[in-house]
Amino acid sequence: MTNMRFGVVVFPGSNCEQDVVHALRYLGHTADYVWHQDTNLAAFDAIVLPGGFSYGDYLRCGAVARFSPVMEAVSAYANEGRPVIGICNGFQILTEAHLLPGALLRNSGLKFICKETPMRVEKSNCKWLDLPEGTVLHIPINHNEGNYFCDPETLKSMEANGQIVLRYCNEDGSRSVDGSAPNGAMDDIAGICNERGNVFGLMPHPERVTDSLGGNNGTDGAAFFTAIAAYVKGA
Amino acid sequence: MSATNNAAIPAPVSDNVVTLDADLALEVALQLGLNSKEYEGVVKTQGRTPSLTELYIYSLMWSEHCSYKHSKKQLRMFSSEGEHVLQGPGENAGVISVGDGWAVAFKMESHNHPSAIEPFEGAATGVGGIIRDIFTMGARPIACLDSLRFGTLDKPRQRYLFEGAVAGIGSYGNCLGVPTIGGEVYFDEAYEGNCLINAMAIGLMREENLTRAVGSGPGNLVVLIGSSTGRDGIGGASVLASQEFDEAAENKRPAVQVGDPFEEKLLIEVCLELLQRKLFVALGDLGAAGLTSSASEMASRGGVGIDIDVSKVPQRESGMQPFEIMVSESQERMLAVVKPDDFAAVEEACKRWGVACTAIGTITDTGRFVVRDTNLPAGEDIVADMPAEMLAESAPEYDTLMQRPAYLDMLQSFFDEDQEEDSADDPVSRTRFVSSTAEDPQLLHDVLTEHVISGKLPSAVMDTQAFAPTPEAPLNQMFMAMLASPNIASKAWIYRQYDHQVMNNTVVLPGADAAVLRIGDTGRGEMSNRGIAATTDCNGRYCYLDPYTGAQIALAEAGRNLACVGATPAAITDCLNFGNPEKPEVFYTFHEAIKGLSEACKFFNIPVISGNVSFYNESFGNAIYPTPAVGMVGLVDDITKIATTGFKNEGDTIILVGETEDELGGSEYLKVMHGGLVAGRIPKLDLELERDIQAVVRDAVKDGLLASAHDLSEGGMGVALAECCIAGCIGATVALDDDLAAHSSLFSETQSRILVSVAEKNSAELITRLTDANVPYSVIGEVGGSNLNIEGKINLDVEKMTNIYNNILEQLVTRKSA
Repeated sequence: MTNMRFGVVVFPGSNCEQDVVHALRYLGHTADYVWHQDTNLAAFDAIVLPGGFSYGDYLRCGAVARFSPVMEAVSAYANEGRPVIGICNGFQILTEAHLLPGALLRNSGLKFICKETPMRVEKSNCKWLDLPEGTVLHIPINHNEGNYFCDPETLKSMEANGQIVLRYCNEDGSRSVDGSAPNGAMDDIAGICNERGNVFGLMPHPERVTDSLGGNNGTDGAAFFTAIAAYVKGA
Repeated sequence: MSATNNAAIPAPVSDNVVTLDADLALEVALQLGLNSKEYEGVVKTQGRTPSLTELYIYSLMWSEHCSYKHSKKQLRMFSSEGEHVLQGPGENAGVISVGDGWAVAFKMESHNHPSAIEPFEGAATGVGGIIRDIFTMGARPIACLDSLRFGTLDKPRQRYLFEGAVAGIGSYGNCLGVPTIGGEVYFDEAYEGNCLINAMAIGLMREENLTRAVGSGPGNLVVLIGSSTGRDGIGGASVLASQEFDEAAENKRPAVQVGDPFEEKLLIEVCLELLQRKLFVALGDLGAAGLTSSASEMASRGGVGIDIDVSKVPQRESGMQPFEIMVSESQERMLAVVKPDDFAAVEEACKRWGVACTAIGTITDTGRFVVRDTNLPAGEDIVADMPAEMLAESAPEYDTLMQRPAYLDMLQSFFDEDQEEDSADDPVSRTRFVSSTAEDPQLLHDVLTEHVISGKLPSAVMDTQAFAPTPEAPLNQMFMAMLASPNIASKAWIYRQYDHQVMNNTVVLPGADAAVLRIGDTGRGEMSNRGIAATTDCNGRYCYLDPYTGAQIALAEAGRNLACVGATPAAITDCLNFGNPEKPEVFYTFHEAIKGLSEACKFFNIPVISGNVSFYNESFGNAIYPTPAVGMVGLVDDITKIATTGFKNEGDTIILVGETEDELGGSEYLKVMHGGLVAGRIPKLDLELERDIQAVVRDAVKDGLLASAHDLSEGGMGVALAECCIAGCIGATVALDDDLAAHSSLFSETQSRILVSVAEKNSAELITRLTDANVPYSVIGEVGGSNLNIEGKINLDVEKMTNIYNNILEQLVTRKSA
């Protein structure tokens, strides 16, 4: 597998950056922490915005972090077509920074949810995932605000552009009529990308199911950090 | 009073402290919760009438919460000696070595009183406080567990407390990125006025990074790091935690602090960085009694003096008096001792993390705890001048009166046959009482209907299609009702609200006998195949009926839980929750519980390395059940060789290690099926048998012989079998060969029993080991099918059981108020 150098951004209040670095190193990649005040991302092959509670998420999730100095650099990096992934709080930050459309609202059940959840791979142009459409993955979710929402036109255009990457589903890959998303997400959306497919945001935590010894008894998350290497090498 | 050693009191720094008028001082002292004898001790220690600030400080440091004045003598029964112990009680947390240079710090602490007033913030700041105790030691917090008690969920107030406390724990731990991996919860009327929120935290460090809160080096700076100081939480320790509750309890809400987990997250990172860089001489957190206890304990442990200027303390409110600054319990603050040359580096790191950092005083060689306010004119600026050591470590100590409560004999002998004959007009014969619902379907139906109407059980248990009794399976419905009791049902509704996986080291997720964590420095360094296992246990009902044996059972069950995952107990922390210690009956139960627990600890060779006492858990004169919660940590040599609860494979043999006796006293069965009855003799505990059973199962797990292992506790054999089926999504066919009545065979809570399943290729080896170990066992059935069939007793579809078992708690909590 191709070794890549990932930059993992640390905002004050990030708390999954160490898990991401562990998962990346476990997969044979190089991974370094990027302090939120750093602005030089040139050395990295890909950027990860990890989960956590940036600035406590006391305001809207991600609304403060998007103004960190590093985010301007992340925007420029993304606009060059280089790969950026935002996981959980990172996804929230990407929507706040308008690098991805829509918003993450509070879970419909008004409770934090931490549990392994089935989701299926949709046909998309996301450069971060290279799995057949309909593949069912089991990945833990862990959030209070993961209820994806956007206006109907945006949803339509995302569908048309192949921007919907992951949808929550039932164990067999089917979707229930009244929704399969544990958090109430619109159209069961768990992860989306931008039109170019280089910027990817998702609520589930693939880094938690990469090293099987970590206890979640799964390695479904590894795919999220391997496909991108082929893309970067080819690009 | 033990404040006798007057010769050792160091001389005052100032003879110019403005003292109170003597009569007023006594009056204030009494208002602050000191008694007149203690006030005399203050005057004696000071050699004069105290100032207002001094009086506040004494009242907090000598409050029950800070000084343990009623419990100190009893606590000396505990032994903290053990091969793994690096730090015993007396520090912010105990520390054990776990191999390969790794060490683990852990402690459990109560936040009962604040949570009973304001559950969300009370529970959240409870988590914040215990986590500060952990990283203060130099350890990165890696896990939390919570031992919770509430009244029954049919009461709207109890649902509010329960929901609020769970949300508060989640909000704090989730934000920090510290996984909440386990714990326990019980619902019982006894906790209606006083819920219990006991939070346990575990931290990991390299042994060489162990740090203590011992101030040293006169001339070194005393540095306050973290949040600014406000009036929140003033008197939390003395007002809330050292008195009973009454009608005025609601007015105490302002004494509950508000948590800021984001600030705490920053504190963890900056403090661990600075500890690693060896820039702290000492570090302590500001908990109960705030700056006062933190600074004086640090000085006292180091045998030095400390001089604090309150005008330097960053304040979030204007016009704060020196005493308010000294006793504020504003959260998320740390106190460090720093060499003057290192202060610039400390400031730089704090600035980088966005954390405030202020030098507020110095370490001195005077042995005095001096508080000054440099806003006052020079010469009059010292507002308190006290002997540091006397303040922290020479608080009064009491020999409290004890008396065996009358209820004990009455309840213990409730079912004894040699009692006076039941009178003819007694509607239910006592000796028949325990079997009545099992033998009379109509009575069972009536009991269950009543529970459903009151909201203690969900209506689903009345589903006659799914759970109808048949001649072959007469107890189906009763069985479902037991599984639906919130004390037994799945706690997934709770732990789904907690991040239990962050840090990537949770090997066994919540819901198992014990949580298992991998030892590893996620994302920063070395990972290993070593692990630790952790659990919290205590059956308060047992401790109410028999505090000595009940406390021993708490320890035994914790050890049994660890044995089921293959872990060897290393040490415990405890959180001793009791009523008002000034009542001789309450104090008797406290004494007996500690005696029982400490003797059992010595028998099993398990040291007590940290702990906490919470008294005054009483409302309107009614005390909670004595609840000595045990938090145990054990060592796992290889995290790839563990066992879990669920049955695994069709055809595996099911073996009961141990044997069932007729022991329904204090059981969940009596509580659920007999109108809330809490009576009888609780199960016996044979320590030697318990030790042998734990050892043989633990070794079998470590050697990979077992497919599953699960401890038997509340609800006995029936519930344990159901849990193994539910966790494994597979059925079982079982024949119980004891000679007991059906309900006792299913629900007796006899101790020292573990249910294991084993593949055919390993069963002969296991049986040889059980025989050699001379422990009783019986082969009771086989894994397989989609039903749990206990011959002649119950026959139920596992999926239907799962639906009830998994969803019941949510249904009971979220239903609308009647």
